[in-house]
Amino acid sequence: MFYREAGDFKTSYAEDNQTFPIKFDRYRYYFVLVVALLVIPFVISDYWANAVLLPFLIYAIAAIGLNILTGYCGQVSLGTGGFMAVGAYATYKLMTAFPWMDMVSVTLLSGLVTAIVGVLFGLPSLRIKGFYLAVATLAAQFFLVWLFNRVPWFYNYSASGQISAPERSMFGMAVTGPNAEVWVKYLFCLFFVILLSWVARNLTRGSVGRQWMAIRDMDIAAEIIGVNPLKSKLTAFAISSFFVGVAGALLFSVYLGAVEVGEAFGIQKSFLVLFMIIIGGLGSIFGSFAGAAFMVLLPVFLKILGVDMLGWATDIVAHIQLIVVGGLIVFFLIVEPHGLAQLWRLTKEKLRLWPFPH
Amino acid sequence: MSMMQYQPYETEDGRTIGNTLMEMKNITLRFGGVVAIKDISFDIREGEIRAIIGPNGAGKSSMLNVVSGFYNPQEGEVWFRGEKRPQMRPFEVARLGIARTFQNIALFDGMSVLDNIMTGRLNFMKSTFVDQAIWWGKAEREETANRQKAEEIIDFLEIQAIRKTPVGRLPYGLKKRVELARALVAEPKLLLLDEPMAGMNVEEKEDMSRFILDVNDEFGTTIALIEHDMGVVMDISDRVVVMDYGKKIGDGTPDEVRSNQEVIDAYLGVAHD
Repeated sequence: MFYREAGDFKTSYAEDNQTFPIKFDRYRYYFVLVVALLVIPFVISDYWANAVLLPFLIYAIAAIGLNILTGYCGQVSLGTGGFMAVGAYATYKLMTAFPWMDMVSVTLLSGLVTAIVGVLFGLPSLRIKGFYLAVATLAAQFFLVWLFNRVPWFYNYSASGQISAPERSMFGMAVTGPNAEVWVKYLFCLFFVILLSWVARNLTRGSVGRQWMAIRDMDIAAEIIGVNPLKSKLTAFAISSFFVGVAGALLFSVYLGAVEVGEAFGIQKSFLVLFMIIIGGLGSIFGSFAGAAFMVLLPVFLKILGVDMLGWATDIVAHIQLIVVGGLIVFFLIVEPHGLAQLWRLTKEKLRLWPFPH
Repeated sequence: MSMMQYQPYETEDGRTIGNTLMEMKNITLRFGGVVAIKDISFDIREGEIRAIIGPNGAGKSSMLNVVSGFYNPQEGEVWFRGEKRPQMRPFEVARLGIARTFQNIALFDGMSVLDNIMTGRLNFMKSTFVDQAIWWGKAEREETANRQKAEEIIDFLEIQAIRKTPVGRLPYGLKKRVELARALVAEPKLLLLDEPMAGMNVEEKEDMSRFILDVNDEFGTTIALIEHDMGVVMDISDRVVVMDYGKKIGDGTPDEVRSNQEVIDAYLGVAHD
């Protein structure tokens, strides 16, 4: 009923171009921001933070990153896990080499390192596309995990081969390490989510984003009208890897605290993020959030339903989860390739006219 | 060597046809053993509508692809605006001011009409990556300025009502028009149209012819086009190149070409005795 554009006139192109052109949408967005910033930090509990909110925020960044590459620029990547590992190990090396450095700089620098690595592995995309590119990025995934496993310099020659995040504080409060409070961790991750999704939105609505989408939709025509495919694809790889690297850095330093590379950043992580954007919606920032929320909440929901309410064994529920996710991927690929974001868009289109159909 | 020199003149309908804009000199293009274009030379003058016609497989589209930098000919030179054009990638040719449309529409299906047209403006977008990431300020001003130009073209081609529609949902005739808009918005010095009227009914053809003439008249854009409909070609073009089997068999005004014996033979067939 409130979702109306009638009477909401746009008198300039800037107004017509805004992210949420409909007033109701705009206020809903401000409302979510206020709740996320001013309400949740006071009511957050350990369980909710660790089971839902932190992974949601971190995977949302990774999903936006992969969505820029796959959803906007059309370059399939199965190397997300490997690039997250780059972010995590860069963070670890920076934290141990420069103990005085604050965590925001460390995280952003890790993203930058990942961006460089991403560009390197993006070079084959100039020659190959689709399925073959996916295989090339798969090589990146296995190579990077192997590298971090085998070269002791990356884990500072520790006996276990693991890396663990030392304690670092910002404004006198611990952000990483065992003494960090969950609300601090939450706000730290939220800061990056807000910053990066804003950047992603800006890049995708402007000339850079249109070049990516042009390459995705028809690369030959894109080149004929003046898109430099080399530059465009590599910037997509760089930006995407930057996001994924930041997500990996946060996953390691803030969320997990200690990781073993094969376990935390294996191929299943690449698929997890890919599933997020397929279910959430390719080429949509909202879709990245929706997909991340869905994939994070599904196990929690199934556990509550299966284990706590119906009394099933935990492993059965885990198997059911695999079946449900697999089924949904097939369903979305066939019925709605644009995912939850498209369903949301259709709902909104219906709502604009509701309850009158014309 | 330099380009052919002409004296400007005024046409009956008051347009000025200037000096040579582009000249193709002895172009030969081969694909393996197949010779698609054989030693063809012709020029395009500023402000004119130049047509390339010929039977199927004559090499017209290959010729257009050479002009737009999509193919690099094995022999011959391409001169543009007084300079010899070195071997270039297609996106570099676009930056010289050559825009084109395609025979089988090549729009970006996942994007809206407006976004498609705005993509045509990308050579005018100078804000850096960082500007765009921050958006406020330079990137936004630039977006608005270019949007203004895009809207002018949208008005010109009368597609206001569909500007936010995803291109994939549009009917054929409108897609052709959006593609023309995307090429036009780049303010090209030379506009290449590959069969702009293919697959259209009479009314759509009339509309398209009118748009082509208006573009030429109002913006002074030089146009080179390939078209099968002889009636249309003879009506709207100033000069016509006729190709057959990769060779040039005629060049001149529509009237000259119409009375050329070789052209008549190619189109109607020759009696063998």
